[in-house]
Amino acid sequence: MVLVKKQRSNCSSNELHVLAVDDSFVDRKVVERLLKISSCKVTVVESGRSALQFLGLDGETSCVGFDELKVNLIMTDYSMPGMTGYELLKKIKGSSKLREIPVVVMSSENIMTRIDSCIEEGAEEFLVKPLKLSDVERLKDFILKGDDKNRKNNNSNSLSRKRKSQDDLVLPMPMATLCSARNHDFPSQPKSMLDQPLQKQPRLVQTD
Amino acid sequence: GYLDEQFIQLEDLQDEANPNFVEEVVKLFYTDSARLLRKIDLALDDRPFDFEKLDDVMHQFMGSSSSIGAKRVQRKCTEFQEYSKDGNFEGCTRTFQEVKHEYATLKKKLENYFQLAKVAR
Repeated sequence: MVLVKKQRSNCSSNELHVLAVDDSFVDRKVVERLLKISSCKVTVVESGRSALQFLGLDGETSCVGFDELKVNLIMTDYSMPGMTGYELLKKIKGSSKLREIPVVVMSSENIMTRIDSCIEEGAEEFLVKPLKLSDVERLKDFILKGDDKNRKNNNSNSLSRKRKSQDDLVLPMPMATLCSARNHDFPSQPKSMLDQPLQKQPRLVQTD
Repeated sequence: GYLDEQFIQLEDLQDEANPNFVEEVVKLFYTDSARLLRKIDLALDDRPFDFEKLDDVMHQFMGSSSSIGAKRVQRKCTEFQEYSKDGNFEGCTRTFQEVKHEYATLKKKLENYFQLAKVAR
């Protein structure tokens, strides 16, 4: 079942159209609002499969012409049941039709190997949740500038690995409360993200 | 405090055209939380015990809590996950009661907050 919520506004056609993918009701509502406040057209879906159907990549034709709903940016949550955001990213970057669309991965967990894997797979950015308005505005500026500079000429490896600057300030909880035999931090070789145990690092409030 | 800067971020997204945005998000949070907390309750009764499932559901609940800035609830969820990662059933059960307590307290405070906000408008 494709659960699609689409908003049309009266703004001009050079508005960005963003497809947001998240299995969480709360996060879908928040990201939708953040994007609308940033004057973007928004389509929100609840799963990777729905996203692929919307983009016309799931073996079925999408219900309207693809050009009319040209997507300028895809924002996807990482941890989703069924198809993860990483798997969705790979499918999009593996498609000749869709690979040029920038993809941003969002996650509540700040895991280096996860971030690296997504960037290596072609994600523009990895954002740590919860999302802020400044994240969305920054993304929008980046995408718009990228369009101006003819991004197709850029090698994806030359894009900087951007993470939220405050991620560098995330302080770990006292080690005694975090250490466990199953807690593998930053292995030297990136492994399949799907094999990694999820590592929970609480995100402390950062004052700007 | 019970809520962190993320809650303020959400308030900043409210305007005259969307005056109830925060309340709508919080209502979604309640519905979502009721479902997830119930799932955890049931999983804690399950035998054999499935720590991975517990961890997964708690992760979803923690994500929602973080999205509305419920920092005390979030911290309790993190404690729970440390126990579930260690396979500590008693720790999980005990901490889950604390998670539910924090959630109930937060819910009451938010209900008061929205009532006051309505009166103030």
